[in-house]
Amino acid sequence: MRWLALPFDTFAIQLLNAVQYGLLLFLVASGLTLVFGIMGVINLAHGSFYMIGAYLAWSLAEHFGNLGIAIVVGVALSLLIGAALEWLFIRRLYDRDHLYQVLLTYGLILIVEELRSIVWGDDVHAVPVPDWLAASIPLTDTLSYPVYRLWISGVCIALAIAMAFVIQRTRIGMTIRAGASNREMAQSLGIDIRFVQLVVFAVGIALAAFAGMIAAPVSSVFPGMGNQVIIICFVVVVIGGIGSVKGALVAALLIGLVDTFGKVLELEVAGIPVLPELAGMSVYVLMAIVLLWRPEGLFGKRAP
Amino acid sequence: MSAPDKARHLRGVVAALVVLALLAAVPFGLDKFAVQFTTRVLIMALFASSLNLIVGYGGMVSLGHAAFFGVAGYVLAFAAPDYEAANLWISLALATAVAALLAAAIGALVLRTRGVYLIMVTLAFGQMLFHLFHDGSFSGGSDGRYIYVRPSANLFGWTPFDLDRHVHLYYLVLALFTLAVAGMAVMLQSPFGRALQGIRVNENRMRALGFATYRYKLVAFTLSGALAGVAGYLAALQFGVVNPEMLGWHLSGSALMMVILGGMGTLFGPALGAAVLLLMELGFQALTKHWQLLTGAVVVGVALLLPRGLAGIARLATRAADD
Repeated sequence: MRWLALPFDTFAIQLLNAVQYGLLLFLVASGLTLVFGIMGVINLAHGSFYMIGAYLAWSLAEHFGNLGIAIVVGVALSLLIGAALEWLFIRRLYDRDHLYQVLLTYGLILIVEELRSIVWGDDVHAVPVPDWLAASIPLTDTLSYPVYRLWISGVCIALAIAMAFVIQRTRIGMTIRAGASNREMAQSLGIDIRFVQLVVFAVGIALAAFAGMIAAPVSSVFPGMGNQVIIICFVVVVIGGIGSVKGALVAALLIGLVDTFGKVLELEVAGIPVLPELAGMSVYVLMAIVLLWRPEGLFGKRAP
Repeated sequence: MSAPDKARHLRGVVAALVVLALLAAVPFGLDKFAVQFTTRVLIMALFASSLNLIVGYGGMVSLGHAAFFGVAGYVLAFAAPDYEAANLWISLALATAVAALLAAAIGALVLRTRGVYLIMVTLAFGQMLFHLFHDGSFSGGSDGRYIYVRPSANLFGWTPFDLDRHVHLYYLVLALFTLAVAGMAVMLQSPFGRALQGIRVNENRMRALGFATYRYKLVAFTLSGALAGVAGYLAALQFGVVNPEMLGWHLSGSALMMVILGGMGTLFGPALGAAVLLLMELGFQALTKHWQLLTGAVVVGVALLLPRGLAGIARLATRAADD
């Protein structure tokens, strides 16, 4: 077995990248895990809204000439889309087997993907970084780090804190937690659980779309970008434990690290190159290890 | 068996024989394109039936079933020398064995979970293999590999049929499909099959009765993976090319759709679902470039309105006829 070490400055840059990627994954995965934890619904189409977010950011930014306004309008639109979907489809699935949730949301993926193709076409687009965030911080003589990536990390951390605050410390959060632990009981205490579910689903979709919007200038905008993200998010949710927002945060950071360093480290086992050649597999190997050790995930409740 | 049960059973057997006779007559009545299309339908029917074994009878929902399908296809591609024919029997046995081993290994891990975890974890393992074949240089990357020469059916110097002829290939696929479904029918009547269906209904009770449920599920998962492997091998043989999409989750999702559309937990439902879905897609593709939109709408409609699939409608109809 042979590792190739990294120089320190490259290591530092990759570490920042890993954290930024992990935090972005957390934004998408948190919506997924919240919707599952509270409504018991598995939403395969969650990643499609990450893609929709990126396309919204691109087209609205062209329209308004300003990414900030594009994001505000885009988030409002995604909230509406999320609420409409819950009202039209998802609420019919709460008491049904997960199999049908998988099937319906798989159908939604096909529909969203084609609608995207009809409305925006199949081209790849670049979204410019806003001027005030376009700078880079020099690290050494030759290496520097873009401010925009730091800004992404900052926004994600702020949102994570806000989410924790809302869920743990506010009346709305209390209702949400009540609905998650016992739907009938919460309902009989006078909580409008249907409305809570509508809001949670819409917010989950908006979080995914928002993640797509702020990622757009870094990752560019392309068809199929949602599918890449959703599967990694499932891995995040499985590792963190379904329904646990804290678990999603830890798992997302872990995956950010494993994925990023899997692509830059070099590893040979018995003369056969393993990394970075097979970096795409690294997160799944991590998942397999966690499954062997704790099938219910790091922060999950013991499996029934 | 009560009298109406017996009558229903008999009717089922007769219906199956009639369908088989019709399928056997396909090459006599239809043109080359239709025969090749029916071959494809039968291959997907075999794949969907294998998934039905775990989803419909075992209660284990997998979204990574295409992995076994695809890997078996790659086994043929690796087994075939560049400009010579591989041996059909050896390569088919090898592909099936590899798919079965892989299913046993993945099953041993994923069956530690159940319900929604199982769905996500099978999906993730499927994608792991997708990445292995997509990123690895050994497998030809995203372009995949070509199988330039179809395998030969040489059996100790005797070659009973020629796979370059589409009719011969059709009958091979039909024979394997019939064998697999008949085998499944026998297996489901056996003590093993009964226990498996018991586990779907109530796993805890089966465990309390002394069944090692994990082992039963693992055997079913492995069998199902092996049958998916046979289907994947045949698909690679028919198209002469393998690529990572064969392992992708869209194929797994499609197969799940076939199972539910036809009627999960019924012997012929998944085959019916495969036929209907593929025909529908053929029609949609002729209609518009954005045909997936229509497929998606049908998928959503089935999930909402037709949970027991077409077999559910058929069952209601025969019930009404019996009364």
